[in-house]
Amino acid sequence: MENILKVENIEKYYGNKSSLTKAIDNICFEVEKGEFVAIMGASGSGKTTLLNCLSTIDKVTSGHIYISGIDITKLKGNDLNKFRREYLGFIFQDFNLLDTLTAYENIALALSIQNINFSQIDKKIKSVAAQLNISDCLDKYPYQMSGGQKQRVASARAIITEPKLVLADEPTGALDSKSAKMLLERFEILNSELEATILMVTHDAFTASYASRVIFIKDGKIFNEINKGESSRKEFFDKIIDVVTLLGGDLSDVI
Amino acid sequence: MLFKLSLKNIRKSFKDYAIYFFTLILGVAIFYIFNALDSQTVMMNVSSNTRDIIKLMTNLLSGVSVFIAFILGFLIIYASRFLIKRRKKEFGIYLTLGMSKRKISMILFVETLFIGIISLVVGLAIGIILSQFMSILVANMFEADLTKFTFIFSNSSFIKTLIYFGIMYLFVMIFNTINVSRCKLIDLIHGSKKSEKIKLKNPIICIIIFIISSCILGYAYYLVTNGINSLANAVEIFKPIIMGAVSTFLIFWSLSGLILKIVMSMKKLYYRGLNSFTLRQLSSKINTTVVSMTIICLMLFVTICVLSSALSIKNSMTHNLKTLAPADVEFYKTLDLTEEIANSNWRYNINMIEDSKISARETLEKLDYDIDKYLKDIIEFNTYSTDDILIKDTLGSYYDEAHRLYPLADFNAKEEFIKLSDYNKIARLFNLDELSLNDDEYIIIADYEQTNIMRNESLKLNTPITLLGKTYSPKYDKVINGFYHMSSNHMNTGIFIVPDNAVDESIRIQSVIIGNYNVKIEKEKENIENIVRSIESHPYASMTNLQTATKLHIYESSVGLGAMVTFIGIYLGIIFLISSAAILALKELSESTDNKERFIVLRKIGTDEKSLNKALFNQIAIFFMFPLLIAIIHSVFGIKFCNYILSSFGTNQLLPSIIMTASVIVIIYGGYFLITYICSKNIIKDR
Repeated sequence: MENILKVENIEKYYGNKSSLTKAIDNICFEVEKGEFVAIMGASGSGKTTLLNCLSTIDKVTSGHIYISGIDITKLKGNDLNKFRREYLGFIFQDFNLLDTLTAYENIALALSIQNINFSQIDKKIKSVAAQLNISDCLDKYPYQMSGGQKQRVASARAIITEPKLVLADEPTGALDSKSAKMLLERFEILNSELEATILMVTHDAFTASYASRVIFIKDGKIFNEINKGESSRKEFFDKIIDVVTLLGGDLSDVI
Repeated sequence: MLFKLSLKNIRKSFKDYAIYFFTLILGVAIFYIFNALDSQTVMMNVSSNTRDIIKLMTNLLSGVSVFIAFILGFLIIYASRFLIKRRKKEFGIYLTLGMSKRKISMILFVETLFIGIISLVVGLAIGIILSQFMSILVANMFEADLTKFTFIFSNSSFIKTLIYFGIMYLFVMIFNTINVSRCKLIDLIHGSKKSEKIKLKNPIICIIIFIISSCILGYAYYLVTNGINSLANAVEIFKPIIMGAVSTFLIFWSLSGLILKIVMSMKKLYYRGLNSFTLRQLSSKINTTVVSMTIICLMLFVTICVLSSALSIKNSMTHNLKTLAPADVEFYKTLDLTEEIANSNWRYNINMIEDSKISARETLEKLDYDIDKYLKDIIEFNTYSTDDILIKDTLGSYYDEAHRLYPLADFNAKEEFIKLSDYNKIARLFNLDELSLNDDEYIIIADYEQTNIMRNESLKLNTPITLLGKTYSPKYDKVINGFYHMSSNHMNTGIFIVPDNAVDESIRIQSVIIGNYNVKIEKEKENIENIVRSIESHPYASMTNLQTATKLHIYESSVGLGAMVTFIGIYLGIIFLISSAAILALKELSESTDNKERFIVLRKIGTDEKSLNKALFNQIAIFFMFPLLIAIIHSVFGIKFCNYILSSFGTNQLLPSIIMTASVIVIIYGGYFLITYICSKNIIKDR
């Protein structure tokens, strides 16, 4: 299998020498093509910092990140934008749709900034919209849509460029449980049918149970890693819950 | 504590305040400069006549200043409302921390005080410096020689500026307090999160309204240009103005929906790069800002018209003078006053009847003015008129049409006649073409364009006139350029030149003497001029209706008048321009917070900086250009209209003044545009 993402000994420090915070402390992992990986951790564990570094929004203090063989820690300025535009797709907790544009236009924007012509844009949007079940709200504005619809529109925008890697930051964070479930089922479909590689950050065990692999982070370090393998979602969910319980602190922490 | 907070706030948000500061300082400086004109002219060596005009000008300017103060006051209140809107979240935090609304008002109060003091100090300093340069301009305008440079500080203007702006800031403080006390905490905290509902207008209604408003506008344009003569009186000029204003509003309203709709249907263009984003940005804003767009557009329109007309008037007036006042002096008096006329006309009284029986020469003798001693190249002549020949008679069959087209004109006024030989003498002195006539012919001389049109029509019809029983027909089918009465403008609406034997002394109406001062060198002219002017104070002066027009006097008043109009025009024009540019700039900047979030999203999905900046530039440029463009279209017709109104001043020098106006607009408006762009770029840049 091809390696889409390779994280090598990255570190991210905040502050100065007198009071140093290690948001990320020597993390290594790899993600293969077609994988659906979830990163779990409590608030302040460093998972959002990690995602920011992966998405080139933030810079690492040391270490290397390779996406499709390109060392993104070496990229600068417009190369970064170009890289983001062509290699990555983003899904944010608060959707980040442009409120002045309709759903259709929001999705189209991801393609039009790559100077793709309209006939192709139209074809792609129609097919992605069908897969994400948003065909009938394409002409709506964000304020006219439910949270679940908005997040699916945001997902459509993220994957329509056929990125090597889709990064999702708490995608279900602002959704009710029904919408969350529907969104995650769509993620599964995207993952299996379109072979989209998805890296999702979450603190919710149910959300994480849709992934094929879960990486746990605590205090900036990888704490544990479990694979779904052949187990059912229910079993996988239980496994995750077990680790989460440990993650909160083991017996030695309770005095 | 509050004091410190206010101070820190100002320092922190200086970037946002920059354009507000800039506008305030500019406003203060301009206000000071124009109110200080008074003291600047005191130093100049000008005649008493010019001094009077300067006095009139400064009085007018202080009147205009009150109006300007209102405009600036509204601008400042408008601006502070934007700044409060921008800081909603900050106030929300203060409130959640338990600060009372009264204290927040206090913070704003102190801030306004600071801003007020700083802007006044800086503005006055700049104003005082710039007003020194203004002296040069003033001297140039009034054609006075500025022999030595003196530093002028106008105490009265200084105090006036302080008081006016003090009152304005006071109003702003009151307004801010009201504004804050009405705020709800929930709105303050979620102030930025509220998403605006975007409703696309029905394109069919848009098209219908666009067509209707274009028609109204077209009709208004027609009314002020070709159809101008159908405006029966001065009040009717408001008709096209109101029509123009309303249709401007409707055009903005409909175009904002229409343009979006049209570009959206051009899918290839719409979905290229950030076009869809830019266009939506604009349309979402235009939807909510149609009213202010209209006001800005109209203000720009007034600016362009006022500036270009004001600048051209001065040029044209001085340009005209050489041809319109060719001789040094002209004396003229009405002859044979009847008791009825003497009582009914304010210019005459009963005492003048006796004097009106003698000629101008004899009157001047009584006034102890020896014309043969003081004057050379003397031409003495009478003009004639009779109740039998009124303007309507000379129009012949064209009268009905003329009456319909020019309902305002007085068609019952008497026509005036001059003997051919007298006119040819004048023509020689004035450097005009000499004329010749057959015994049964007449010629009309005139130089007022508006009546020329009418007279030419009747001359084309070969309309005959009957004078003292004899009939004359026109020699030419159009009026001939000429005049005998000296004035600063082209005001001769028509004088009939007839053969010498066509008139006799029974219908004489005016006695006129035209001549040059009998001097060898130019300098001595002033002495004779002073003697001429002293006639007014002679005891006999109240007994005669003799009037005097001297070249110098005409020159001074028209230079003064030109300068006055120019100054008031520049004052109003620049304040209007600054106000409209500032409103646009503030509007754009205050929305930059929302924009900032949008641009962050765009950046996250990988748009490169270059296209982001381009999108921002386009957005601001279109926002600035849209009202300007419509204002320019308005101005084409507006300037034509001004031209018509001012045609007696002669407006042959319009092009340079239009170029001047354009450069003023490019500098000020363009300057505001650039500052807005740079500030917005900074706002969307920092994360």
